[in-house]
Amino acid sequence: MDYFAQQLINGLVLGSIYGLIAIGYTMVYGIVGMINFAHGDIFMIGGFIALISFLVLVSLGLTAIPLVLFIVLLVSMAITALYGWTVERIAYRPLRHSFRLAPMLSAIGMSFVLTNFSQVAQGARVKPVPPIITGGYTLHEGESGFVVQLSNIQIIVVLATVVLLALFTWLVSRTRLGRDMRACEQDQTMAALLGVDVDRTISMTFVIGAALAAVAGMMYLLYYGLVDFFMGFVAGIKAFTAAVLGGIGSLPGAMLGGLAIGLIETFWSAYFSVEYKDVAAFSILIVVLIFLPTGLLGRPEVEKV
Amino acid sequence: MTTSALEKKPASRASGAAFILKKATISALVALVLFSLMIGVRTEAGPQGGLIYWTRFGDLAAIVAAVFGGSIVIELLRQWWGPADKVRVVPPAVQNALSLAGRLIAPALLIFTFLVPVIFYDQRYILDLAILVLTYVMLGWGLNVVVGLAGLLDLGYVAFYAVGAYSYALLATNFGLSFWVCLPLAGILAAFWGVLLGFPVLRLRGDYLAIVTLAFGEIIRLVIINWQSLTGGPNGISGIPRPTLFGIPLSPGEDGLAARLGIEFSPTHRIVFLFYLILAMALLTNWVTIRLRRLPIGRAWEALREDEVACRALGINTTTTKLTAFATGAMFGGFAGAFFATRQGFISPESFTFQESALVLAIVVLGGMGSQLGVALAALAMIGGFELFRGLDQYRMLVFGMAMVLLMIWRPRGLIGHRAPTVYLERNQAISSDLVKEGHG
Repeated sequence: MDYFAQQLINGLVLGSIYGLIAIGYTMVYGIVGMINFAHGDIFMIGGFIALISFLVLVSLGLTAIPLVLFIVLLVSMAITALYGWTVERIAYRPLRHSFRLAPMLSAIGMSFVLTNFSQVAQGARVKPVPPIITGGYTLHEGESGFVVQLSNIQIIVVLATVVLLALFTWLVSRTRLGRDMRACEQDQTMAALLGVDVDRTISMTFVIGAALAAVAGMMYLLYYGLVDFFMGFVAGIKAFTAAVLGGIGSLPGAMLGGLAIGLIETFWSAYFSVEYKDVAAFSILIVVLIFLPTGLLGRPEVEKV
Repeated sequence: MTTSALEKKPASRASGAAFILKKATISALVALVLFSLMIGVRTEAGPQGGLIYWTRFGDLAAIVAAVFGGSIVIELLRQWWGPADKVRVVPPAVQNALSLAGRLIAPALLIFTFLVPVIFYDQRYILDLAILVLTYVMLGWGLNVVVGLAGLLDLGYVAFYAVGAYSYALLATNFGLSFWVCLPLAGILAAFWGVLLGFPVLRLRGDYLAIVTLAFGEIIRLVIINWQSLTGGPNGISGIPRPTLFGIPLSPGEDGLAARLGIEFSPTHRIVFLFYLILAMALLTNWVTIRLRRLPIGRAWEALREDEVACRALGINTTTTKLTAFATGAMFGGFAGAFFATRQGFISPESFTFQESALVLAIVVLGGMGSQLGVALAALAMIGGFELFRGLDQYRMLVFGMAMVLLMIWRPRGLIGHRAPTVYLERNQAISSDLVKEGHG
């Protein structure tokens, strides 16, 4: 039971990270109708920028860790958001009205560019960081000596996710930008006729998605203590699975899907086999698309002829 | 009129220059922010395990300057080239010459390919490269059935390549079956997996299909890595038997081909044999595809690509159409995989990554999705290009990715060929007013 509780905590933390990435997928798919294949790599870039800015700040003599982390968060979000903007501007905007496979292929190309760019720029080796946030709470100590722990970093990851999700829900439902985004999601031409700047709205979608991915990247760095140039690929597919599982286009769905994927992966690793955890995640993607193509909270897609 | 035109021109040019400079400055600023940390600071795991870093502001400045200059050049080119949808008139003489060249290039290329082992007999490197190019031509033609003809975006094609390769390797090393027995078996097994993948994805379209096929490809690779007792895991399978000429080995021994023909043995014989083997397999793929295109099933594939709903409305069974497309494409992938295994003599999961799928897909897209000649030329350009960049190994995939993005922006329908339906109505036909109730056709 204790083991189960511990895995539950681990799974929720992992799921929060997936959920943050999944929001980027689900927003872009909802508005532009394309899978932003490079989003996983944006997450990786976010992790790298967090790592580098942390290193630079510490060596500049800043020692107050909370302040450093806050600055790192802002820097990483800002620069990664610019990456998201640039990717959209270069690779997707010229293809807005091209045939349907073109943005997908362009996105795959962009994903290669980002992966190999960070490999060339920062080297192929895994970058480890010593644990930055340590300590935690012991929740329960079993008779067999198994300890259920909740570390501080786990609390921070979950808290950050909840806060961002709340902020983001507010943004989508209460602000001008959110209204524009929902309008573009329904009908871009009509939205444009009614005075919505569609290009700007789509750009902002990418920017926000990238900023959330940057947070996920930083949390990943803090939680696992490493980044490498290839981590975006698998994390990206899993987050996409999460978005599909939750129902693509739905924000709470993305979070729910993220948590589900995180829990499934953790429990699978804990009770079956670690080697096949990715196989489990990918199989879920296939099974969900077969039996539940609209996801848990998605709307059925009606095809117009 | 004339004066105003004269006055206007320098003014517009000046504002153009200012505009270009402004754009270039913005690009350079964006680049500065983007690359400030990623290029300006280089991190590496230090000798004690901690991270160390050093700055590279020179590189950063060079890249920002390059972005500034590049952005000016691109903007000038764009103004010189004019709007994208401008109709450019090609003189009829050039058109005729181009169409003649277009008709001659396929036979010329084929004859040249047949002569490659004769011309480059002593150059092992070129022969090896030619075999590699032909392998990708075959893979491209195989994937072309799925992507180019049936319009199903398959990002996991490498899975079938892997199934073919591992089928041959396992059958040959465990049961001692010969290449010629295993080749059809590998194709059948791959086709079987193609159908197995096809069933769940029948209802999916477009992007979803792409992601599921990608996941499928990754699953196959992960299973190969982890099922160590069968596949040898990451270490792969070595000692895969070389192919024989219908039972006659190409070895220096007594019963080898060279000894039987009474000529001196040379290791090049095997390379030449492999070359003609893959050439024959590729041409078989091409021939089958061309024949299938003229059969109802091929027509159904193209109809499916153009419009699935209309296809269903016309009574075409989309289930069998999709499944046969997947199975046919997968079968050719399996053949190519078996060839790959016998050529290398060693296979490991590393050869079957997503990058391979993307490369084959890029070949099909570059070739113009559906054009057989286009795919062949694209494979030549792509693999040849990869060889040219061999010295810049770590920049290779970077350039590849950029090329893919630029290609999609510049010519989304492919560089060389284009995909037009094999059959279409020449012109709209007017129907006599007697035939329609309302009185107009």
